[in-house]
Amino acid sequence: MARQPDGPPPPPTVQKLRIRYAKRGRLRFASHRDLARTLERALRRAQVPMAFSAGFSPHPKISYLGAAPTGAASEAEYVEIGLSDRREPEAVRAALDAALPADIAVLECVEAAEGTGSLADRIDSSVWRVELPGVTLAELAPAVAAFLERDVVEVAKRTKNGLRDVDARAAVASASAAEEAGCAILDMVVRQVTPAVRPDDVLAALAAVADLRPPLPPRAVRAAQGRLDDSGTVADPFGPDRAARTRCQGEHAAV
Amino acid sequence: MTGESLYPRLEPLLAQIQKPIQYVGGELNAQVKPWDAAAVHWALMYPDAYEVGLPNQGLMILYEVLNERPDALAERTYAVWPDLAGLMRANGVPQFTVDGHRAVRDFDLLGVSFATELGYTNLLEALDLAGIPLHAVDRDETHPVVVAGGHAAFNPEPVSDFVDCAVLGDGEQVVGDITDVVSAWKAQGRPGGRVELLSRLARVDGVYVPRFYAVSYGSDGAIAAVTRTRDDVPARVGKRTVMDLDEWPYPKQPLVPLAESVHERMSVEIFRGCTRGCRFCQAGMITRPVRERTITGIGSMVDAGLRATGYEEVGLLSLSSADHSEIGQLAKELADRYEGTNTSLSLPSTRVDAFNVTLANELSRNGRRSGLTFAPEGGSERIRRVINKTVSKEDLVRTVTTAYANGWRQVKLYFMCGLPTETDEDVLEIADLAVEVIRAGREASGSKDVRCTVSIGGFVPKPHTPFQWAAQASAETIDHRLRVLRQAINADRRIGRSIGLRYHDGKPGVIEGLLSRGDRRVGRVIERVWRDGGKFDGWSEHFSYDRWTTAAAEELAPFGVDLDWFTTRERTEHEILPWDHLDSGLDKEWLWDDWQDSLSEEEVADCRWTPCYDCGVCPTNGTEIQIGPTGRSLIPLTPVAGAPR
Repeated sequence: MARQPDGPPPPPTVQKLRIRYAKRGRLRFASHRDLARTLERALRRAQVPMAFSAGFSPHPKISYLGAAPTGAASEAEYVEIGLSDRREPEAVRAALDAALPADIAVLECVEAAEGTGSLADRIDSSVWRVELPGVTLAELAPAVAAFLERDVVEVAKRTKNGLRDVDARAAVASASAAEEAGCAILDMVVRQVTPAVRPDDVLAALAAVADLRPPLPPRAVRAAQGRLDDSGTVADPFGPDRAARTRCQGEHAAV
Repeated sequence: MTGESLYPRLEPLLAQIQKPIQYVGGELNAQVKPWDAAAVHWALMYPDAYEVGLPNQGLMILYEVLNERPDALAERTYAVWPDLAGLMRANGVPQFTVDGHRAVRDFDLLGVSFATELGYTNLLEALDLAGIPLHAVDRDETHPVVVAGGHAAFNPEPVSDFVDCAVLGDGEQVVGDITDVVSAWKAQGRPGGRVELLSRLARVDGVYVPRFYAVSYGSDGAIAAVTRTRDDVPARVGKRTVMDLDEWPYPKQPLVPLAESVHERMSVEIFRGCTRGCRFCQAGMITRPVRERTITGIGSMVDAGLRATGYEEVGLLSLSSADHSEIGQLAKELADRYEGTNTSLSLPSTRVDAFNVTLANELSRNGRRSGLTFAPEGGSERIRRVINKTVSKEDLVRTVTTAYANGWRQVKLYFMCGLPTETDEDVLEIADLAVEVIRAGREASGSKDVRCTVSIGGFVPKPHTPFQWAAQASAETIDHRLRVLRQAINADRRIGRSIGLRYHDGKPGVIEGLLSRGDRRVGRVIERVWRDGGKFDGWSEHFSYDRWTTAAAEELAPFGVDLDWFTTRERTEHEILPWDHLDSGLDKEWLWDDWQDSLSEEEVADCRWTPCYDCGVCPTNGTEIQIGPTGRSLIPLTPVAGAPR
């Protein structure tokens, strides 16, 4: 007979918290797995009462949403955690922020409101800002224009199944060129499609259509994630949770 | 300006390589001290990849001990993978520390910890990347003093051209003594230059400066004499031994990497040294006597470490953990303390002993019982007497069966082959043993779902052990024995499918043998291999046997010796061994007698429980066995982390 753990099953999840965090500076070189490991250890140090799965090898209840690629910084990474005991979201945010390395900042923590749907359903696009050191606006602007004029720009991408051609153009909802302190900046909204189109793929597309080849490695930052609406705006994925909370507080006030 | 951060120049390179996270630092509990506040700057290197080097306890301990001194600063550096090394050379970025990203060249000392000799080419690569002259004689007072430590430093002769000093034994106290010497010499305005500094270091207990010793060779190729070239250095250099481990509870703040490493757990060293007397084991010979941490000392290190790291697993580390005088109580009380917290405790591979199953059961009280590891080391009872790790076949099968009966599903058994006096028959007994273990295990557990993994590698004779005189088995012998073993295990598929065989071919062991028992002439082989592109020799995808054998043949020929001379040749009693002037405390006569006893299959008992048999260590070093029990016990406390289940 296989052994089973003695005692009662683990306590259930009583509260779900949704967290937005940033990875900055040197930690943009952390991979998704590195961040997951770091977050789990920080939750333990911060003594957050995590809910666990059952069995001999219990795992804390953590769901990760699509992570920014290794090498890209981000101001908008999302994770959802399940707690076995209720906590004030702001207290969890502060404790977790203190337990994580300085280059990971826990920016927001909200309680998931019941009946407002999953967080994953509220995210389908990323807002990217890519700094291109050594490239001027005069070089970037025509390249972006040439890219946007095309219907399809295929680039070769390394996937699990080897090299594969991906249409970088279709995923890009909008793109524009700017300049800051002599450095060209590419701002864009990219839909989260499969296989993923990442800033590197768009840059490969700019090289393909306009021969734009940055002399130095570009620096990409994911500024936001959310649902892209018809007006081209990306909505805050915590909106429904906040709205539910405000409504709830309003009801209390009315009583 | 020295001590300046190279990070802005490194960052663009990181975007172009694999696993950049290993080079950025910022690990939990890492520290970067201001450069100018410290009088003495140490760069500490583990000469292998970050994922292997970061968890190294020795380096972590010295990093913390040094950084606690207000006048010292210590940062870490690791071997750089070839992808980044190429970019660094192309862009003029030198070997850097991961903490402050400072150039290794800027430090006063570069301490390199050699757990294995296969790291030697990585030392040369790091020196070259750092812009430090490869040969110690070409360095001036602006270059770091290169210090070798770790177990391999007990025979540093093969790297004596490249290091300035080697430190024998425990590092905790000697790094402070070295810091004092360097600090005083700098404060005095560096009188006498580098040679004066090295001569002062040579007078520190445990520090060996190879350049102050001359080696001559006889016509038979063996060493004729090792002589001092200065009167003010010791004729023999002794090792350092830290007494009272409770006073040295390091690491207090273990480093936690963001990157994946080879040990995803925290380790607490529960004792140092081992007197079981396994004749193949260099660690057990050179770290004597046994010095235990007390149960309460261990309890507070486990608690403080978990709070500081957030790890969910703690390994109770030592050379033979079940031998701690308070281990039964320790296991029970730690298991009580962490019951229901998702914190798990583990013991490293253990002796074959029913008590170890009891301990493992206690530590996994409510956790998964996946795998248990035993290390019988020798396949037959006869060869186990030769190596002095005696256990009968009957006891071995009974112990493993007990493990299966207690719900353990997988048992791993560690063996060596190529041991002195070994024949094919000794190795073939491993197959019989594994088959019997599976038969008995299926019966005891009432399940066919039990597995046994046999893990086996070639034996490499090491300095300062009774086998230091032994002929190493050739790669062909090792590979032949592994082949017949594999055939024997697979003979009966109904049982064989429950037995896994993991092995390493014999070639890397031969090179490790050359580097382990080599003398100064081997330095030319190492340099040649590195110049021909050799590095990361501990990694099968980088190791090239042909590169080593070609280099050995060509570089050793002028001396009239060859690879076989260093490896498969048995030494005679009075041959001067390259490490004879380095004193591990063991009497050479005792080692020789123990070697002779081994050949007549005579055992020697453990001096913790039987009278002293005069190995020589305690009187030579003014040390003594420090063991409990203390009679103390762990008080319950509120453990950190995780919700109750």
